[in-house]
Amino acid sequence: MESLMIVLVGILVSVGTYLVLSRNIIRVIVGTAILSHAVHLLILTVGGLKKGDVPLLSHSGGPFTDALPQALILTAIVISFAVTAFLLVLAYRTYVTNGSDDFQELRGMSDE
Amino acid sequence: MKINDVILKTVVKGVVFIILTLGVYLFFSGHNAPGGGFIGGLVLGSGIVLLYLTYDIETIHRKMPFDFKKVAAFGVLLATGTAIGSLYFEAPFLTQTDGYFTLPILGEKHLSTVTIFEAGVALTVVGTLVTIILSISEDE
Amino acid sequence: MSNIIVLPLIIPIITAVILVFLREHIMLQRVISFLTMVFISIISFVLLEVVQTEGIIKIDFSGWLPPFGILFVADSFSLLLVLTASIVTAICLLYAFSTIGEHHEKMFFYPFVLFLIAGVNGSFLTGDIFNLFVCFEVMLLASYVLVALGGEKVQLRESLKYVVINVVASWMFLVALAYLYGTVKTLNMAHIAERVAEVGQDPMLTTVAILFLVVFSLKAGLLLFFWLPGSYSVPPTAVQALFAALLTKVGIYALFRTFTLMFPLNPEVTHTLIGIMAGVTLIAGCMGALSGRDIYTIATYNVIIGVGFILIGLAVGTEEAISGAIYYLIHDIIAKALLFLIVGMMVYLTGETVVKKMSGLIRNYPLFGWIYFLVMLALTGIPPFSGFVGKVLIGIGAIEGENFILLGIGFASSIIVLYSLLRIFLASFFGETIISLEDEKKIPKGALSSFVLLAIIIVFIGVGAESMSGYIDNATRTLMNPSIYIEAILKGGQ
Repeated sequence: MESLMIVLVGILVSVGTYLVLSRNIIRVIVGTAILSHAVHLLILTVGGLKKGDVPLLSHSGGPFTDALPQALILTAIVISFAVTAFLLVLAYRTYVTNGSDDFQELRGMSDE
Repeated sequence: MKINDVILKTVVKGVVFIILTLGVYLFFSGHNAPGGGFIGGLVLGSGIVLLYLTYDIETIHRKMPFDFKKVAAFGVLLATGTAIGSLYFEAPFLTQTDGYFTLPILGEKHLSTVTIFEAGVALTVVGTLVTIILSISEDE
Repeated sequence: MSNIIVLPLIIPIITAVILVFLREHIMLQRVISFLTMVFISIISFVLLEVVQTEGIIKIDFSGWLPPFGILFVADSFSLLLVLTASIVTAICLLYAFSTIGEHHEKMFFYPFVLFLIAGVNGSFLTGDIFNLFVCFEVMLLASYVLVALGGEKVQLRESLKYVVINVVASWMFLVALAYLYGTVKTLNMAHIAERVAEVGQDPMLTTVAILFLVVFSLKAGLLLFFWLPGSYSVPPTAVQALFAALLTKVGIYALFRTFTLMFPLNPEVTHTLIGIMAGVTLIAGCMGALSGRDIYTIATYNVIIGVGFILIGLAVGTEEAISGAIYYLIHDIIAKALLFLIVGMMVYLTGETVVKKMSGLIRNYPLFGWIYFLVMLALTGIPPFSGFVGKVLIGIGAIEGENFILLGIGFASSIIVLYSLLRIFLASFFGETIISLEDEKKIPKGALSSFVLLAIIIVFIGVGAESMSGYIDNATRTLMNPSIYIEAILKGGQ
């Protein structure tokens, strides 16, 4: 199961990397979102995929899974949610102000 | 072209209540079952966004005259307030406490300060979510 | 008692949120944000005194004992940085009051500065590496907003690149955390250090360490600084000064913690790598500073030179070098803030950014000109100003460590810093004045007082280096002997 997950993480990372390297802003943002999903899966996997109960008091009895990776992932999800939302608004504003959603055209540095 | 959205409006009137109830349910079940402030807040926020999508912004603003930036700020204040409240009792930062209380009508209930913290989280999420959507939709 | 360690993090957050409600009351916002920073400076000074007498103090959040819960740790190194950062922020706010403009102030400028400082202080104080990630993100989110605030074309364009680069860097931080958790099964920094020491730093752990090196180098601008000149030259002056003073320094702090506490056992690989990166950074930064025509470019490349120089101290790793690096780190926070404030004021006064087009400023503004001269001397490392002690100690350390190449590059870079800044001084401050008496804008009182305050601090650190040596020695001792830190966290307080 772990090796399957690692392969999946690898596929997601390659998709995300491809998208981040493209010129279109929206593709880049989608790319960062996919990359963050990949790393969430990675954290889950390196924590060890075990069959066990949920780590809650009312369900105790028998072995339960490590809750820490899940807590980490939840935090990471919230952060990536905030960053992605901010990026989307920023990209929209940039598009409206600069009239382009292409990084090639947003290079600048010469016109100032 | 004006889109005829009678079906949408009628369905939303009913569905919004279900969504909001689900949000509140998820919020309260969070203590020792899946759920909690973040998820509850997301569901509540998406219910409100759905209202904004169906009716126009002015109508909703008249009925719900909140500045959602301030809702988010209030949420943060509530969450940090409970966290820092423990300093007053000489307990380590973020300490929570709970207890069993007998309430009229409801009977014995388990109450905990985590709920206040979670309420802060939920308000923050609702506020942020709606602010983001509105800030994109408000121009033009 | 130890609860007050969280105050440098939590007070800025709470006041920032309160300021959101006071959007229309600008005067009140100014007073509250300034008082908050002064208050935090006082708290961190008190904490510094406590740590001096009682050793490292920590607070376990909600009573979860380490290594299970998250915690804040205050040792001399982190508190010195918190203190300096808070003072510099207070002074930058003083500058912002008179220059930032009402439009920014109504768009939640002060709340975001306070969120930024909360993230910075949190990063300095945390004792848990995942919490470090969270504090980094708090700081970065605030910085994203501050870069874009104002919404001009250039700002939006540069901020988009800045955000994307930092998102990718944070992603790598998470990857490194995942590998770390997979190998040592803990995230508490002291516990990681203990486990790494137990099993020895095998190649797997060294790889993880190098991944952390890449991440923090991106944040610190060590070698991977390609994003820095663009995004540091677009926001308003007060924000630029805050960024130049604080953001890269947080990355440097993280590098010091990682490679003195958690992964110090394989210096042949890691510290050599840091040394090479620091050397290349210095050379590239010098080239940028020499080739720059406008003052923003020259100033931002000077930030990069500073980063490279501080990390020579870490790469050499002797006791003298580390304490020199701490001196220089503190000096650099203050001096870079002052440099950027002055550069911003020059652009405001003349309306030009190109060095050659400005001339004769010192005739119109003598005090301003001599303060620039002072910061130039301090950045070069000329006694009796603040840069001197740090440079000398790092130099002694490099000689002890027989690392003569880094020594040579480091001191050559000082000359280039002097040259690049002296060029500005000769071209822009001396010569025929271009500002006629009618056009002469007055330097706002708040801005001038912020220059004077920072200049006084620079002189004080230089002249009164003796009075700081107690704190610096204590910080160095903890960094050189990780066992002090580990024992204070894992064995103390039970």
